[in-house]
Amino acid sequence: MITLGQLLVLSGVLFSLAVAGIFLNRKNVILLLMCVELLLLAANFNFIAFARYLNDINGQVFVFFILTVAAAESAIGLAILVVLFRERRSINVEDLNTLKG
Amino acid sequence: MLIQVLFHLFATVLVLAALGVIVARNPVYSALALVMCFVTSAAIWLLIEAEFLAVVLVLVYVGAVMVLFLFVVMMLDINLAELRKGFTRFAGLGALVALVLIAEIVGVVWARGGLGLDAHRGALAQPATYSNTLALGSVLYTRYAYPFELAAVLLLVAIVAAIALTMRRRANLKYQDISRQVAVRREDRVRLVKMAAEKRP
Repeated sequence: MITLGQLLVLSGVLFSLAVAGIFLNRKNVILLLMCVELLLLAANFNFIAFARYLNDINGQVFVFFILTVAAAESAIGLAILVVLFRERRSINVEDLNTLKG
Repeated sequence: MLIQVLFHLFATVLVLAALGVIVARNPVYSALALVMCFVTSAAIWLLIEAEFLAVVLVLVYVGAVMVLFLFVVMMLDINLAELRKGFTRFAGLGALVALVLIAEIVGVVWARGGLGLDAHRGALAQPATYSNTLALGSVLYTRYAYPFELAAVLLLVAIVAAIALTMRRRANLKYQDISRQVAVRREDRVRLVKMAAEKRP
């Protein structure tokens, strides 16, 4: 049987990889969005693991809502990205400095 | 035993795919590796009996969100060399932060002995007649009915926002404006001119 510890360690590893990805790809907005998706996936793993081991269905309902919000977030994020690329011809984070005084 | 073997197999593939997402040279490969992550996660969720969410993950994420990602990646003409610059400079820091995070999480799980929940009732498998979809639906449409409607409104707002952001008007495009066509008056179109008739020769 799968133990809770195994699931928590797996989600922890996934979360850490996503955080490392944000450090590595800090210039590329598309990769940053993908790393955020990975972070949310790791969080969902925890919710589902605890829902199973506490025998409580409410954790799975939370995952349902997180999936909804994450889908909305990535749709709007990608729309903003397309508009940004149309304006600046670049998706480099370092080019986004027009708010700088 | 078989479940344990399958879990380790899927977990290995999941971690390798996540590694592929963050180090791939081309964003298209990253997106494909992320698809692999979602598929293996769905398999693991099946193993721990969250069947409905596993199917939703494949349908919503692999079917919709990642296709959107791939569309955007392929639509944008980005300079990869420029974006990859300085990749190795922060690699050490990124790896250090990741290792510290892993050490902390594993340390907590280890020290608390799997949080003492393994002997809990949840470790038992559900009976064969148990329906995950039924259980989820019966709380979703009763106790969580209001949050469920809020989530629907949120998705509607996301659709409207995404369309409103990306819609554009080209300057020299010829298009019909129906309201202006309907609101036109006779004076705008017809001009009656009074003039003397030509003399017959």
